[in-house]
Amino acid sequence: MSAPTHRKTLRWQIARVLSVRDETPSARTFRLALPDPRPHLAGQHYVVRLTAPDGYTASRAYSIASAPSGDPEIELTVERLPDGEVSEFLHDVVEIGDELEVRGPIGGGFFAWPGDTPALLVGGGSGVVPLMAMLRHARSIGRPDLVRLVVSARTEADLYYAAELPGPETTVVLTRSGRGRLTAADLAPLVRGGEDVFVCGSPAFCDTVTDLLAAVGVPVASIRTERFGPSA
Amino acid sequence: MAITRGFTGRRARDPRLPPGQYDARDEWPVLHIESTPSLDTARWTFGIEGLVERPVSWSWDEIHALPRSRYAGDIHCVTTWSKFGMTFDGVSVDTLLDAAGPLPAATHAEILTHSGYTTNLPLADLTGGKAWVVWDADGKPLTREHGGPARLLVPHLYFWKSAKWVSGLRLLDHDEPGFWERNGYHDRGDPWSEQRYQGD
Repeated sequence: MSAPTHRKTLRWQIARVLSVRDETPSARTFRLALPDPRPHLAGQHYVVRLTAPDGYTASRAYSIASAPSGDPEIELTVERLPDGEVSEFLHDVVEIGDELEVRGPIGGGFFAWPGDTPALLVGGGSGVVPLMAMLRHARSIGRPDLVRLVVSARTEADLYYAAELPGPETTVVLTRSGRGRLTAADLAPLVRGGEDVFVCGSPAFCDTVTDLLAAVGVPVASIRTERFGPSA
Repeated sequence: MAITRGFTGRRARDPRLPPGQYDARDEWPVLHIESTPSLDTARWTFGIEGLVERPVSWSWDEIHALPRSRYAGDIHCVTTWSKFGMTFDGVSVDTLLDAAGPLPAATHAEILTHSGYTTNLPLADLTGGKAWVVWDADGKPLTREHGGPARLLVPHLYFWKSAKWVSGLRLLDHDEPGFWERNGYHDRGDPWSEQRYQGD
């Protein structure tokens, strides 16, 4: 028998750029006003589509950095990639007041934190973006105790959301300027048992963290990973 | 379609690129939602079940004993990258289905994997030389992160249909949306029609 399924139709809408903010020298956060806002979960993403006068389009997906708030506004943090057709445009051309075509939120319940269960979040580089939405969500609903966030960045300058990270629920590991890579000893004290674990970063980062978590007894079935970027 | 202020599009369009795609060139991006499973080929199986005359299951050695089939061509991911001129070696899904004997009522397939991921396809998109179970990419064994030891290959559709770590097909008399399809992605996923999300 076929179970009834919920199929969502997502339409393109034209968002207005409300603000542009630098996170690091290569990452920038865009605050967008949505004419047709839809509730999102921390961990989902939006697609941004650029259209040239001749009809040529380019689109890319970007994680939502802001917490679900009920506001008709979202924030997307975009890493500038070398030769990144869309990310370079967003960094170099887009200004406050511009209009951008977007569609979302996309991504289902799998890599999304509903906000009512304990969660361990481990992010590398720009992989922290969806996890920051989860931490912001936890803080905004007054349940930061539910979340533990571990962020791995190369140096202080590469750290996204640096001003918001200090807190009892966060751990920052600096791999170049600090004392080196994330280890099982960093993760073991943060594991409570029974939590959902969200890992986001490069494929190598996700595989390394998954192995570390397994080594400290986290069931692999409770680990959800979202990986991006090229592979060797 | 709204024109974006200041955007001209930098690249000359390659006619092999479906709309909205870019050429990933030497890169083969990885994007999947599960932890990468580590599958032992000694215990790997691929099976066909559901609306068939005889359910069939192959071991790693048994599937390698079937006639080989190669795909040489392009692949397209819904996340907008495409790769040109790849080769994949494996076995045609036609060969596998012939062994199981689909019943006339079978119209769709649910694709099953060793990771729990699922996706759905009309049977017509799996037959007629359009789909493979493959274990080599560009002459080398598929790596774990690209779905090794074996994945489905349906290169005329977006690549989320080419399920990694494939474990089998279940033939059905109706369409049963899989993981991404329940989460807003299109049921079929034709890159040339830009069937990315439900409603496209």
